[in-house]
Amino acid sequence: MLLAIDTSTGTSVAVVDRDRGSGDLRCLAETGTDDTMRHAEVIGDFIRDALADAGVRPSGLSGVAGGMGPGPFTGLRVGIAAARTFALGIRRPFVPVVSHDAIAWAWYRDGGSGPLQVVTDARRREFAVSGYDGLDDELLPRRTGGPQLAPRDDVPATTGARLDATIVPARAIGMLAELAFSAGRLPLAGQAPLYLRAPDVTPSAGKRVLQ
Amino acid sequence: MNRDAPLVLGIETSCDETGVGIVRGTELLANVIASSMDEHARYGGVVPEVAARAHLEALGPAITAALAEARVELDDLDAVAVTSGPGLAGALMVGVGAAKALALSIDRPIYAVNHLVGHVGADLLDDERPLETPTVALLVSGGHTSLLLVRDLVSDVELLGETIDDAAGEAFDKVARLLGLPYPGGPEVDRAAVGGDPAAIRFPRGLTQPKDLLAHRYDFSFSGLKTAVARWVEQREAAGEPVPLADVAASFREAVVDVLVGKAIGACAELGVPRLLLGGGVVANARLRQVAEERADAAGVALRIPPLSLCTDNGAMIAALGAQLVMAGHAPSALGFGADSTLPVTEIQV
Ligand SMILES: [Zn+2]
Repeated sequence: MLLAIDTSTGTSVAVVDRDRGSGDLRCLAETGTDDTMRHAEVIGDFIRDALADAGVRPSGLSGVAGGMGPGPFTGLRVGIAAARTFALGIRRPFVPVVSHDAIAWAWYRDGGSGPLQVVTDARRREFAVSGYDGLDDELLPRRTGGPQLAPRDDVPATTGARLDATIVPARAIGMLAELAFSAGRLPLAGQAPLYLRAPDVTPSAGKRVLQ
Repeated sequence: MNRDAPLVLGIETSCDETGVGIVRGTELLANVIASSMDEHARYGGVVPEVAARAHLEALGPAITAALAEARVELDDLDAVAVTSGPGLAGALMVGVGAAKALALSIDRPIYAVNHLVGHVGADLLDDERPLETPTVALLVSGGHTSLLLVRDLVSDVELLGETIDDAAGEAFDKVARLLGLPYPGGPEVDRAAVGGDPAAIRFPRGLTQPKDLLAHRYDFSFSGLKTAVARWVEQREAAGEPVPLADVAASFREAVVDVLVGKAIGACAELGVPRLLLGGGVVANARLRQVAEERADAAGVALRIPPLSLCTDNGAMIAALGAQLVMAGHAPSALGFGADSTLPVTEIQV
């Protein structure tokens, strides 16, 4: 049973489980908002509420899955910080997931087929874009490109569907992590957030008046 | 929960130090600080996004290290405390998100506290003498320059004044840069000032003129001073004369220290509070400590300076303030608090 958190767009928190016998994936609770400005405010209540709705105590979880982006930095970090620290607190593994992978996985599971392009807002007139061509034998999404940044008016052409996502459901993050775990396919992603952009800095033009 | 000597873990991420501290009541058990200062050096100042990224990576290891240093387990904790503000919003949010998750993961209450009041709380961890109130507190760092009147640490803190432009530490950084010295500027200006004459150049003392004192009695301003130093150096260069680095550095530093200490001691005298507490990273400046000691002595003011590791931003001071709130019977913070980059000092707990 996993707690799943994604703040790459709005804030989404879920508790998911995989039935050991049937292998069925279940979402026990999910709470979220598409508000992209209040991640730090809502994250605590959402975690508490998701656990309460699922009737699960922290010690009943086997790990924490977290969406690593891509997404706007400030909000993205809140979810990663929360997910990693919750995992630390319950002494269970933290499972990083590429947020776009979760969107693609849910789309194929719900009947989508063929090439898929997942697109999310990256601010500054850019999108974050990933390409997929389907699910593999273990039903994990096969990413063919990205995630990468593209100008909003110059997203690479796709022969398939384009999915513009405004929310990454944490249930998909958690279910994908459960699937990958039972398929022995972890890790699904690296531990580093998918910022896709170097930090903004204004290097100083230091002036040397003395040697 | 143990309300006599609660075991509290404090998380501080308001600027460029990732701090995790653990206290038991007023006893310091751990004070782990990971600084991203080196990453900012080439930019000449703290870059908020660089600081926030560094917090995210440093926080988990810092929590683990603090628990090991304190020889306690997460389950032993009575509460979690975290800085809600003031500070850099994106940096604060990392600590807020992590602290909420930590508290929920171990099912403990959370106390969201004020960073500046935390600096005052640091003094509680000095076991030589207990903190006495009321006290005036001068908090000086690269991010803030504030003068507080603390009547009661957990219930009554008043802002007497603050900088209306640059923080004092920022002034050191900017003047260091224009003198061709590296970041951070404080220690570099100190080094350059060795052997210099602090009275060689009379640089302006911001907001000390009679007309300023009406509206800004306890406020500070350092941007005019920085401009004055720049102009003085430029004039020397334009005239083809050598720039006496040691004299410039010593005179600049003297102007900063003179205003800081002058206003702080002045507040003690005018408010009838014979106690002054220093806090913030600029306390590392030996000349500031020296002048503060001299003038406090002369004015009959008891001066307190916590150890430097508790003056710079740290998690132990946040834990100490959190423990005080627990001991005073305050209810935990509601989980919906956020990062407030301009949190006023009157809001001791959010
Ligand atoms: Zn500070």
